[in-house]
Amino acid sequence: MELAQAHTDLPLLRRLRIADWLAAFALLGGGLFALARYGAYMDGYEKAILLASIPGFVYLAWSWAGLRNLMGGVALLALAGINLYHGDLARADHAFFLKFLLSSQTAIGWMCALFFMATGAFWLGLAARAEFADRVGTALTWSAVTAGLTGLLVRWYESYLIGADVGHIPVSNLYEVFVLFSLITGLLYLHYAGRYATRKMGAFVLPVISAAVGFLLWYTFSREAQEIQPLVPALQSYWMKIHVPANFVGYGAFALSAMLGVAWICASKGILADRLPSPEVLEDVMYKAIAVGFAFFTIATILGALWAAEAWGTYWQWDPKETWALIVWLNYAAWLHMRLTKGLRGAALAWWAVTGLLVTTFAFLGVNMVLSGLHSYGTL
Amino acid sequence: MKRSFARNLYELLSSMRFAISLLTLLAIASIIGTVLKQNEPYNNYLNQFGPFWFGLFEKLGLYGVYHASWFLAVLTFLVASTSLCIFRQGPQMLKEMRSFREHAQESSLRMFAHQASLGTTLPRDAAQQKTAAYLQSQGYRLRAAARPDGVLLAAKAGSWNRLGYLLAHTAIVTICIGGLADGDLPLKAQLLLGDKHVVSGSPAIADIPAESRLPASHWSYRGNIFLPEGRRSGNAILNISDGVLLQELPFNLTLKKFYVDYYSTGAPKRFASDVVIEDRASGERLERTIEVNKPFEYKGVTLYQASFEDGGTTLHLKAHSLTAGSNEVLPVDGVVGDAVKLMRRSEPLTLEVINFRPINVENLGTAEASAGTIENIGKHLGSAAKSGEKKDLHNVGPSMIFKLRDAAGQAREFHSYMQPILQEGRPFYMAGMREANAENFRYMRIPAFEGKLDAWFALRAVLTDPAARPAIARRFTATALKGDAVAETMRSKLAATAEQTLGLFAAGGYEALDQFIRKNVPQAEQEKAAGVFFKVLQGVAWDAWQLARERQQLKPLELTQENAAFVNDALNAVSDSFHYGAPVFLELNGFDEVKASVIQATRSPGKFIVYLGCALLIAGVCFMLYVHERRLFVLLKDGGEVLLAGSANRKTMAIDAEFARHSARIEQLLKEPDRGTGPSSH
Ligand code: HEM
Repeated sequence: MELAQAHTDLPLLRRLRIADWLAAFALLGGGLFALARYGAYMDGYEKAILLASIPGFVYLAWSWAGLRNLMGGVALLALAGINLYHGDLARADHAFFLKFLLSSQTAIGWMCALFFMATGAFWLGLAARAEFADRVGTALTWSAVTAGLTGLLVRWYESYLIGADVGHIPVSNLYEVFVLFSLITGLLYLHYAGRYATRKMGAFVLPVISAAVGFLLWYTFSREAQEIQPLVPALQSYWMKIHVPANFVGYGAFALSAMLGVAWICASKGILADRLPSPEVLEDVMYKAIAVGFAFFTIATILGALWAAEAWGTYWQWDPKETWALIVWLNYAAWLHMRLTKGLRGAALAWWAVTGLLVTTFAFLGVNMVLSGLHSYGTL
Repeated sequence: MKRSFARNLYELLSSMRFAISLLTLLAIASIIGTVLKQNEPYNNYLNQFGPFWFGLFEKLGLYGVYHASWFLAVLTFLVASTSLCIFRQGPQMLKEMRSFREHAQESSLRMFAHQASLGTTLPRDAAQQKTAAYLQSQGYRLRAAARPDGVLLAAKAGSWNRLGYLLAHTAIVTICIGGLADGDLPLKAQLLLGDKHVVSGSPAIADIPAESRLPASHWSYRGNIFLPEGRRSGNAILNISDGVLLQELPFNLTLKKFYVDYYSTGAPKRFASDVVIEDRASGERLERTIEVNKPFEYKGVTLYQASFEDGGTTLHLKAHSLTAGSNEVLPVDGVVGDAVKLMRRSEPLTLEVINFRPINVENLGTAEASAGTIENIGKHLGSAAKSGEKKDLHNVGPSMIFKLRDAAGQAREFHSYMQPILQEGRPFYMAGMREANAENFRYMRIPAFEGKLDAWFALRAVLTDPAARPAIARRFTATALKGDAVAETMRSKLAATAEQTLGLFAAGGYEALDQFIRKNVPQAEQEKAAGVFFKVLQGVAWDAWQLARERQQLKPLELTQENAAFVNDALNAVSDSFHYGAPVFLELNGFDEVKASVIQATRSPGKFIVYLGCALLIAGVCFMLYVHERRLFVLLKDGGEVLLAGSANRKTMAIDAEFARHSARIEQLLKEPDRGTGPSSH
């Protein structure tokens, strides 16, 4: 199995196409427009973050063409949605494109449907060895991510339409972060599928996203959790905006590695072995995902500590959520050590990655349901 | 013998196996700490586990796992183990970082996982120059070493990976040390040595003795300051296992005003305290606003908005008697957090006001009938500003929670609202009662008439007054029979039924009527009898109300649907009032609110050590995971034979692929005729 990265021979700047330059100019233009138009509402930090994020996004767009196209598509859709509102929330129920495509709940509904369809397509591809179905699955996954990201961005805007004091970034409760989790896991999958030039992992990764989507639907229909709620004082902090997304890159990556662990175990038992990527690839992606997850989770936990120091008066107080984050972190630290210094490979690591998902899920959901603590992320 | 024991200990402590065991132990201990609620009052645990397990768990320190000696010991061992690990690996890592290994033996190169045997026709200098230029263009640094049979180009990239190890593992040690410095080890030592004593319970500040007070110079602490508006304090309370210590602060803190703002949903929007800080040493005076997520630091002490409570609001109450036949009202004032005797002629009662809430936002919407699937999906599309169910949020006004304690010391808890709340379109005063903390409140709904409680109390007094019964019965028969010419026997029979119904109801509400019917009416006719009693009761109650109004010199009312509903609700409430469990009903008539803010004061000088560790950790983890150390050796032999060997301290497919690529490129380079301007000779 070859890595699909022969092109990395060329230095980055020589690989750029017209679309890359267009993306860079659009990002630069968008960033500067935002600064000119809304700079008056920003403090120094926010301006610095905005400016620094321009090269950051340009770099991302240049190093991954799929992400570049996603940015373009989502920007167009989200801006179209925002424009259609004319500043009036009630238009979500009348304006055709808002009602059936671009309002946040509809877009997220599309995301849910598309993720389910993608899962089905990948399974079909696995069962019928149909390369075409896998390609459809990939396209559906891209569409789902586009729809979901559009939904979150439009939701962000909607929150400000409810009231200037209500508006906030949509990473503030369990509903919103579940959408985020689905998106990030989807994107990580697409990234590795591209890097390793294989579409055969989808049948294993998409089910975990579908499970998250299933939870999201239950949460919507039986708990009405989709309704935008204003932020309680504890969550009114800049730290939330970075702490929560960083955490979810971690959770998404760990979930992905666990599903590859499942695939590895299946393949090693001869189940579907000839339809899956080689164990070597599965192992490699599993390691990569855990490495990414570990790095982000480390950063997220530290950000959480910094936030806690500001909100609760101490950077660490053994609150159940904090403690479980530590347990997750220790678990993967041990995983990395075993792989690295003990040269552990194969079944043990795969099973361990699968167990890791149970630990992670408990830290992510179980703590909110079973244990009580300070985290105001709502109980179910 | 001795040396080898020390050696073995060193090997064990610095071994990976030992480190992983410690991490596992730490994880298990942490899990226990999250599953078992920490730092609860000991009585709760005793009730939960029984005396045997309670004692055992207490010995193991499970009620405060993270402060238990054994937990701290595990952390200390982790610090030791990681330090030794760094000590053991560090020099090696630094050496690896610097060395090029340009003196590697050919035989050892031949053991490498990645290798290729190539050949070249180029002159050796040209081959060396081309290969070196290529490797440099790929980000490798290299060193050439001449040897008898040719030259070895030793190249490497990504050495920072090794630095990453040092940074990340030093970070763990640093963070643990910072954390231990902020922990309660020094305080524990003081308590053990008997210098200081924890006072149990929650005594008043003035009652805390000197040996339970900590000086302002105390190294690290975290305590609460309870400050009612307008009051001043220079101390914080530290909660230590089952008691408290008093921590002196280097300044006095005065609360000028406390603010709570709410969103329209009733969710809190902002908690803020306007405080004045007066330095005790320098006399400096600062005015600041402390908010959630916006703490203020002064002299190493950080002040946080932790929570808020009632600071002793005075409630102006009216105590309505619930004794049969009485409509007595007694004014009384209660203060939140205090107890007051209710001066009553009959048995004495103590009122303890527990809490007061000025605002209660509640959802008065009614559940809608469930919709079909499609319709339901439709409801959840569109903007996220709305919910699928109808909501009707209202501030239903102030409420209070209080206890009434009788002479025997028995107490029940009550919950009342100041204003009536609309239910099914009619206004009710909700009055809740519970016998024990663990129960939910059960509510009696007292109907309001013209927005007030008075009508119900007047009606209740007349209904339960035996002396008023004949008069009510007379009125009832007169209205029931109008001017009809019926026999006197019939008239007196009806009056007797009315009196009997009233008597039964006044003795125990619907329950008493029900019991009477069960006892005295044959089963087959019970239902019918109940219907008759109910009709009579409604009629009687209407006349009782009119009689009550007459006595208060109010105009008689017309029997409208609204008034009939009031009578019905009033009867229900009278019936429920027999279970209210108190001889009085307290009506909240007004209040003078005093808010209190709870401010947390912390001093954690280890914070900066921890933050430094965090920075090291992030850098270290990134270097370790994203910078890969790779070494490439190209042995150019004089005869044109070329040996290529590669090694890396991580094994991934990307690295395998990279070696394969370099190998192919180098092979190609060495084959090309020397034109002097190869693609990578710049
Ligand atoms: C909570 C504590 C620890 C954390 C978070 C941690 C973290 C890490 C990480 C992230 C790696 C890199 C893994 C990779 O690149 O795949 C690593 C490597 C390593 N760790 Fe730890 N570690 C911890 C404790 C220890 C201890 C106590 C020891 C000593 C026994 C140790 C010894 C090592 C060694 C020898 C390596 C390999 C370094 C190399 O070859 O480059 N670690 N550690």
